[in-house]
Amino acid sequence: MIVSTDNLEPGFNFAYLDEQTKRSIRRSLLKAIAIPGHQIPFGSREMPMSYGWGTGGIQLTASIIGKNDKLKVIDQGADDTTNAVNIRRFFKKVCGVSTTEKTAEATIIQTRHRIPETPLRAGQTMVYQVPIPEPLRWLEPSEVETRKMHALSEYGAMYVRLYEDITQYGYIATAYDYPVMVNDRYMMRPSPIPRFDNPKLHMSEALQIFGAGREKRLYALPPYTSVKSLDFEDYPFTIESWGKACEFCGATNSYLDEVVVDNHGGRLWICSDTDYCSQRQSAQRQNAAAVSVVNTSSVSPEIFKNGGNRS
Amino acid sequence: MPRSTATLPAGSILHAHKLYKGFTLHNQGGIHFPVLQGASLAVHPGDCWALTGASGSGKSTFMRSLYANYRTDQGEIWVQHQGEWKNLTTCEPHEILEIRIYTLGYVSQFLRVIPRVSALDVAAEPLIDSGVEVTVAQAKVRSLFELLNLPSRLWSLSPTTFSGGEKQRVNIARAFAVNYPILLLDEPTSSLDAANREVVVQLIQEKKEQGCALIGIFHDEEVKSRVCNRAMAFSLNEEATISG
Amino acid sequence: MNTLLDVQNLSKAYGSVQACDRISFSLYPGQILGIIGESGSGKTTLLSAIAHQTPSDSGQIIYRNSANQILHINQISESERRQLMRSEWGFVRQHARDGLRMKVTAGANIGERLLDIGQRHYGRIRAESSEWLEQVEIPGHRIDDLPGTFSGGMQQRLQLARVLVTRPRLVLMDEPTGGLDVSVQAKLLDLMRQIVRSLNLSVILVTHDIGVVRLLAHRLIVMRHGKVVEQGLTDQVLDDPHHPYTQSLISATLVP
Repeated sequence: MIVSTDNLEPGFNFAYLDEQTKRSIRRSLLKAIAIPGHQIPFGSREMPMSYGWGTGGIQLTASIIGKNDKLKVIDQGADDTTNAVNIRRFFKKVCGVSTTEKTAEATIIQTRHRIPETPLRAGQTMVYQVPIPEPLRWLEPSEVETRKMHALSEYGAMYVRLYEDITQYGYIATAYDYPVMVNDRYMMRPSPIPRFDNPKLHMSEALQIFGAGREKRLYALPPYTSVKSLDFEDYPFTIESWGKACEFCGATNSYLDEVVVDNHGGRLWICSDTDYCSQRQSAQRQNAAAVSVVNTSSVSPEIFKNGGNRS
Repeated sequence: MPRSTATLPAGSILHAHKLYKGFTLHNQGGIHFPVLQGASLAVHPGDCWALTGASGSGKSTFMRSLYANYRTDQGEIWVQHQGEWKNLTTCEPHEILEIRIYTLGYVSQFLRVIPRVSALDVAAEPLIDSGVEVTVAQAKVRSLFELLNLPSRLWSLSPTTFSGGEKQRVNIARAFAVNYPILLLDEPTSSLDAANREVVVQLIQEKKEQGCALIGIFHDEEVKSRVCNRAMAFSLNEEATISG
Repeated sequence: MNTLLDVQNLSKAYGSVQACDRISFSLYPGQILGIIGESGSGKTTLLSAIAHQTPSDSGQIIYRNSANQILHINQISESERRQLMRSEWGFVRQHARDGLRMKVTAGANIGERLLDIGQRHYGRIRAESSEWLEQVEIPGHRIDDLPGTFSGGMQQRLQLARVLVTRPRLVLMDEPTGGLDVSVQAKLLDLMRQIVRSLNLSVILVTHDIGVVRLLAHRLIVMRHGKVVEQGLTDQVLDDPHHPYTQSLISATLVP
């Protein structure tokens, strides 16, 4: 890779954080990788943006990024939303690394709310931005007590939430940040990804790391780790389905966003993963060109591109 | 002072040996009332003992001591429980509970009622505790209720609102349903009419014939003379005298 | 008969106040042991020391578990102790809000203990929850209601159901009838009595209500200033109290 130093903001250490800080975060990361799913405290630093904007993820990315890395940042599956664009620009400024929107090309993917549809491969690292790392917090506000519950694997009470879901809705209605058991040992919050993405966590070839800046906790899933979503024997875990195809690429196996297009209640469903959608569309265009049929798709995805952040 | 069980009177089933019992009323200047002063009694199966004497003479204290309801100051109370001699004054609480379930029955003057529990269940409880099946126990109690002329409409009600005589009959059925080898009776007929008194007399006679040893306080002279073959007289501040 | 629980010389002090002073007793299966005494006599401390929620200063708490193993409650690991508290032991608290999860439904409150011990079948957990609601005389249609919508008596009965669903062998109760109306109390007492008999439970019941122990307890311990001043069968202690304190306690009771 060629690193361009032209855009580098002067006066900053590579990747913004100083080397000592990066080293200490990497040490915590190693510990996290050694104990999959277990939350490790780390010395979270002040970042030039407020909590809730991905400071945890950014610190992890900053600690592991090297000159040869290629960074992809997504927010709600899209590469072009404000948050994603800003984080990408930040790293460009402080590292000068090259960035990409293509999942397959990226070595580090920092994400909020989604896992790319394109399967991850060995050598890639997923960095998740985490608002609340503690899965047991809703039932036990005391950190001392939740740590004890983790230590003793006391997770029965967590199922109370699923029980309440089934009782109230007839099915497990938890749609995102759906709790998982990691390596049959620790209960983990996968960050607010839709439960549609939970199966992608399981036995992933990529390294997955999670950072919560405000809460100063990080945790990790090393490659090929078993990740099981909580469920009941008679109410097994399921993922969402829409019974629809993406308006643009026709995908039926990807996570779809519902978009209202006019004032008359008209709506359509499109892939939330913009990279995946455009890859498929260009492949379709090439195929179509090959058989000399003109693609007559009436709406171009480009019109949504600047409409931007759907969060 | 501890006696060997070998010296206990042959053929007896209960033996009280030199019981001393007094009461100290700490809230009234610590006055001490000595009540029992060396009372002894040997009881054989088939006997029916009357404890007699003026009120305050200690007959009630003596009987309550035999049931281990009162804790004696000195002396021994030997009871033959399932083929073994047990000294109630040194038994562990759980042993006393067990002896009360299988060996020692007690008809108190007043029924301790529990709101919401039916007369039938109240009366069947000791029999069920002794291991008899619920339906069998209830059948036994029903037959006793019938014998005692307790109206069947009352059986499923809690005895809370029963009259004194009705409560007493529930109490009698409760104790007579179980085949205790020893039965203590505290004025069992005090609130009964003549007809029901007669039934209780019959029930006591039956128990005697079955070899049950009975010890009772009877205020009704007629009942006493008909059922009791032995008597122990208490008098104030004197040792009890035994006649038989 | 083997003892279920042996407490030997249990002591606990808060600074210079001796809350429990060398307390010893044994509990047998199927027995209800009442502990009475006025407020501040150390009875609640004793209960929480037995459950090791307040670690004792000295003394032994020896429990024989369902596998007939002897466990020293102060010496086993915290994990074992918590496991025990969620399976073979139960704690019924004076205030239902301390023993219930007020933000989840009645059914979930009962179901939680089953989830704790590893059950993962919604249908069966729900069936068992409704069975226990019926046992404690809470109408089945209230299963999806929050405990906050229940009356005080119902909350206590729900607490009872939540504890009993795992068929514990030893239940510790701290003033379970405290703060309830007399009529509501009677219903709860009767229910407790029935359940204790049918499940052959052993109970340690802390109360200051002599009527409650008269009705429920086989045995009685009278505590004062952290010491056991008198113990024996319930009827012995109540009908023939020896200690001056017990005598004044009983003579002060309105309904003997």
